[in-house]
Amino acid sequence: MRSDFNIDIRLPAHTRCLRMISRIGEKVAQEVECSEALHEILPGQLAVVLTEGVVNAIKHAGNSAPAEDIHVRIDVADHNLMIRIYDSGRGFDLDSVPSPCFTSNGIAEKGRGVFILRSLMDTVKYTRSADGNVLEMQKSLK
Amino acid sequence: MNIRIENMEGVTVLFVREDRLDANNSEELKTELNRLFDNGAVDVVIDLKEILFIDSSGLGVLVSGYKNSSTRHGSLKLSSLQSQVKSMFELTRLHRVFDIFTTVDDALQSYR
Repeated sequence: MRSDFNIDIRLPAHTRCLRMISRIGEKVAQEVECSEALHEILPGQLAVVLTEGVVNAIKHAGNSAPAEDIHVRIDVADHNLMIRIYDSGRGFDLDSVPSPCFTSNGIAEKGRGVFILRSLMDTVKYTRSADGNVLEMQKSLK
Repeated sequence: MNIRIENMEGVTVLFVREDRLDANNSEELKTELNRLFDNGAVDVVIDLKEILFIDSSGLGVLVSGYKNSSTRHGSLKLSSLQSQVKSMFELTRLHRVFDIFTTVDDALQSYR
């Protein structure tokens, strides 16, 4: 197992890359130092988190043709995991995404992605800027 | 998407022969479900035995099918969820929405 490391990945903005980013998430989870209990569930969690994050970036990557690559950075340091997913599109307001599970208007078909990210990570932040946007997700590995 | 469709005891059963149901292929399942509903399907079982990974897009398509079936006074039920798929249903509370069975036979039994 590794204590501290980082990985930089650039992926084409296409959903066919989701299998690959899921596998990377599983491999990263296998490499980190954490409790036995977390070690058991972390591979599945990171596979989902990276998939949802990359899908989000693809959706918001803009309409430029060809679409720009999706940039993913994973940092593991001091028992802390940070995932940053960059996109260069118009972005979105994370807080405007309603929770899909408890609407009075029946069951929603969409909107579960952000809910899943917030449920599996400790903090989820999306920052928009003229130079590009970044989805930052942090999780303690203690 | 590889799907086997059978009519069993008046219930349309879809065996999804993929290991993932995600944003890359879930629209194909939605298209297939919509085609089946347009052709008169009412009660539907989707067997997820081979699905090892599902994301919010996959869940959304199953919800869409559930609502479509309910609109037609039928019900869409699920069978054979693998552990990681099951945990996604629990995380999103969808296990309280869907009737979920261990096997297709158990799901079919519930319609009798």
